[in-house]
Amino acid sequence: MVRVAGVTKRYGALEALKGVSAEFPAGAVTAVVGPNASGKTTLMKTILGLVIPDGGEVYVLDQPALKNPKVREHIGYMPQDPRFPENVTVKEVIHWIQELRGRRSSAAEELISYFGLEPHLGKPTRFLSGGTRQKLSAVIAFLFDPEVLILDEPTAGLDPLASSRFKDRVAAERDRGKAVILTSHVMSELEELADRLVFLLEGQVVFSGLVNELREKTGEERLERAVARLMTEAG
Amino acid sequence: MRGPVQKIFKYTLYDLFRSRWLGSYAVLIGLMTAGLLYLGDDPVQAAVSVLNLVVLVVPLVSLVLGLMYHYANRDFAALVLTQPVPRGSVFWGQFFGLGLSLVGAFLLGVGLPFAAYSFMGSVDWPTVAILLVAGAAVTLVFTSVALYLGVNNDERVRALGVAIGVWFVLTFVYDSLLLAFIILAQAYPIDRWVIGVSMLNPVDLARILVLLQLDTAALMGYTGALFKKFLGSSLGTALAAAALFLWVAVPAFLAARTFARKDF
Repeated sequence: MVRVAGVTKRYGALEALKGVSAEFPAGAVTAVVGPNASGKTTLMKTILGLVIPDGGEVYVLDQPALKNPKVREHIGYMPQDPRFPENVTVKEVIHWIQELRGRRSSAAEELISYFGLEPHLGKPTRFLSGGTRQKLSAVIAFLFDPEVLILDEPTAGLDPLASSRFKDRVAAERDRGKAVILTSHVMSELEELADRLVFLLEGQVVFSGLVNELREKTGEERLERAVARLMTEAG
Repeated sequence: MRGPVQKIFKYTLYDLFRSRWLGSYAVLIGLMTAGLLYLGDDPVQAAVSVLNLVVLVVPLVSLVLGLMYHYANRDFAALVLTQPVPRGSVFWGQFFGLGLSLVGAFLLGVGLPFAAYSFMGSVDWPTVAILLVAGAAVTLVFTSVALYLGVNNDERVRALGVAIGVWFVLTFVYDSLLLAFIILAQAYPIDRWVIGVSMLNPVDLARILVLLQLDTAALMGYTGALFKKFLGSSLGTALAAAALFLWVAVPAFLAARTFARKDF
């Protein structure tokens, strides 16, 4: 569904991605994990076209994605810290995204009520809490029933209720055959959601495969232990 | 509302029209213009005073508000870029939205007091019109420069520092150096050269554009008089307008190029 092939990216002296190749298949949640500054966000932003790589190619639904804004029709994205124009209301932001895509979403109403956004619809976004901004961001990501979901620390600001509703939704989308690409520092969340792992260390893929394979490889039952072992072995 | 440029233009206008900054700017310019008109009680003198406002305040406000807008909306621009829209449309939509909002605030701020004054005394409308054109041009020039600085600097403090430096040099230092040079070189025929050098400064260009329309050009400084003497009003106006256009277009195109290749 999404494939990156030999992607390299350098920020001045820092090599953020050193020839990363990985696959993110349909019908699976693939977690991108690794220590801070290992290149997780850079990799996700490269798939989205926000970061322009120095080399390599990205394929979304088998189409080359670099320099092809059209493929983003098929992607829904939740950034780590979503921001919206200060003076615009929640309702208007949702309307704008539909207008930008040139079509109306049949799921808008349902998503707004699923994430409990109704009380906030008329508020300018500058009055929203971090959690509510995150919910708005979730509505936007799911709005067009995209084939690919890219979620960067999606539950960071959410309360337990919103967080579990969100995770249910992600699992449901996975079961409907969507490719979900996820980063998170919350290990319990990964334990719950992730089917596959791409483990990045200093811009390189150290492990890529099923979560169960990692468990077998490291002999650790708990994901947190398994990932920690991977870090110490690779480091 | 067809293409993405128009849509993003609309969103930018919409957001800015609700921000208190834009309104405050229009009110500030309005109060200053009204003050100059009603206290001075001489509309021609007031127009010249407003011109000084145009060359001092308008560049600074355009730079600062332009940069503030750019940084406040950087994350939203990144979100829009994850939608199926080309990068160029995001940049140009924001550029026109920001530039035209600031132009609108300026036109209202200066235009309304003059319109109100016309009920009480006579207003020389051709002069006011050229003043409005010059102010609009200066606004667009410095919006363009602001976006150039914003797109090329991820740190807002640095961009703001450079912007204030640019403003200070173009409004104060440039003319002082030019004047010093003119005095030092007065034995030599440097008039044409002086014209060329003042065309490099958009603030001088705006001043020249207005002063060429006034009969008092000679009173308004050396470069104005030179323009009138060598180029006459129409050629001088055309040249100044063309140079101002370049001052808008060149930084904007350079910024658009960086924006297209930038990492968000």
